[in-house]
Amino acid sequence: MPYKIVAAQCTNCSACEAECPNMAIAEVGTTFVIDPAKCTECVGHFDVPQCVAVCPVDDTCILDTRLPRYQASQGTAS
Amino acid sequence: MTDTALHDAGTPDLGAILQKVAEHKGCGTEGGSGKASCGSSAGPADMDPAIWEKVKNHPCYSEEAHHHYARMHVAVAPACNIQCNYCNRKYDCANESRPGVVSERLTPEQATKKVLAVASTIPQMTVLGIAGPGDPLANPAKTFKTFEMIHKAAPDIKLCLSTNGLALPDWIDEIAKYNVDHVTITINMVDPEIGQHIYPWIFWEHKRVTGYEAAKILSERQLRGLEMLTERGILAKINSVMIPGINDQHLVEVNRAVKSRGAFLHNIMPLISAPEHGTVFGLNGQRGPTAQELKALQDACEGEMNMMRHCRQCRADAVGLLGEDRSAEFTTDKIMEMEVEYDAAGRKAYQQAVEQERVAKVEAKKEELETLARIASNLKLLVAVATKGHGVINEHFGHAKEFQIYELSTAGAKFVGHRRVDLYCQGGYGEEDSLDTIIKAINDCHAVFVAKIGGCPKADLTAAGIEPVDAYAHEFIEKSAIAWFRDYVAKVEAGDVVHTERGDAAIRQGALINAA
Repeated sequence: MPYKIVAAQCTNCSACEAECPNMAIAEVGTTFVIDPAKCTECVGHFDVPQCVAVCPVDDTCILDTRLPRYQASQGTAS
Repeated sequence: MTDTALHDAGTPDLGAILQKVAEHKGCGTEGGSGKASCGSSAGPADMDPAIWEKVKNHPCYSEEAHHHYARMHVAVAPACNIQCNYCNRKYDCANESRPGVVSERLTPEQATKKVLAVASTIPQMTVLGIAGPGDPLANPAKTFKTFEMIHKAAPDIKLCLSTNGLALPDWIDEIAKYNVDHVTITINMVDPEIGQHIYPWIFWEHKRVTGYEAAKILSERQLRGLEMLTERGILAKINSVMIPGINDQHLVEVNRAVKSRGAFLHNIMPLISAPEHGTVFGLNGQRGPTAQELKALQDACEGEMNMMRHCRQCRADAVGLLGEDRSAEFTTDKIMEMEVEYDAAGRKAYQQAVEQERVAKVEAKKEELETLARIASNLKLLVAVATKGHGVINEHFGHAKEFQIYELSTAGAKFVGHRRVDLYCQGGYGEEDSLDTIIKAINDCHAVFVAKIGGCPKADLTAAGIEPVDAYAHEFIEKSAIAWFRDYVAKVEAGDVVHTERGDAAIRQGALINAA
């Protein structure tokens, strides 16, 4: 399951963009958006999703439960 | 304000601060590096020439320069790597940017154009800073690209940046490379036990670190960064937010720690805290200090080290003299339409005229000061001054957005702070509520110096025990204040005036409302 950004909460600070190991985050209009095709929840890169850890507003980078389960190609997700 | 007045205030915080002062007189460290030995209000005579050269036209590093020179910030750095309890990222940082107004974020290219546009319009703009709205070093690519472009386009503009210090040791060589010769670090503690109540978390080595551990890492990085700046001869200013009950007494120790590591200037700022800012401190009712508490702490730390008292806690996109904000004249839309030609020669000529003005001001002060030498008096009191800059009493009472505060004694007139006030004059008539706000803001002053004042506020001020003085309109501030003080002492001695102590004053919370 990839992460998504709650647009109403996003301060547009861009902190997540630089931390994402997959270059999955980009500015679209007045908010930042995570490309679900690129997001790996940071599995294989870091212990915790970087966008969640760096975001200054809690509960803004959240799991996108609407999408079908993301099949991480690098084995089991933690 | 006298010692008696301080003790009379009698709050436990104040008493504890004074206790700390007694424990280490003057926050003692030696100014061996030549940095800590000079007053921020000092002139070239008592300062290392190399340092004077760096600070003489930097409004933030020299109190004297701030009457004459302007600065601007460009908001190219939105990301941050720590969370502070006095900051809410849903708006601008509540303390080091004024709250309530969202900055326009700029690209390095837009920022460079803006700098050139402002430099052409305001020739006394000598300093470009990157202060956020996040942390410049959490946005290194944008920050250094901006510095590089500005250094190339306008090499006479001084570059500075303001950081929380977490990433500072990693970027020290880049900072030196782009000739950034002024760096401000916000250091609110040197003890993680205290720090954990100020910083909920930091983003460190790809993890969110919280509590004591977070504050410990942050403090180590800040102090290491400061040492590295000192080693490279880059002037460092330390900003500290005074949070009553959390770090107010501890800031004396912070002062000692940063001084011993070569910091040039220490700026203790009042916490800005109100529920509407949506910060942790604002929501949990944490109060900011009163004017007297702030001054007592600043006085306590003013040993051999310079204390900055003229900080306006300005926004990350501020433009103009400290205390004024002309950013609305330079929005992205407006600057993109402007035809900008960088007039280096014109700027130089203007700045030379400013230098002459400064010399005249210093001379006037010196002459007046000599007349004080013959007077023996223990009187020490505060006065407020309405000024638009140039070191002159040139603002109407009703138009003043802030008052500068001077402490008068036989030692002369010393700048000790400023007080923001709401605009009192709106639509040609005064409003009683605003007058009340002003009186609260300068309630610790014996007099207020203005270029002009109406009959009603004059009567109300007098009733409140603050003498309105318009006899020195358009004259130099310090010279006038000293002359007034000399007369005041004479009147007290003759028994014409009974000298009484003034009470405390309020530090105004919330955003500066710009006049349309």
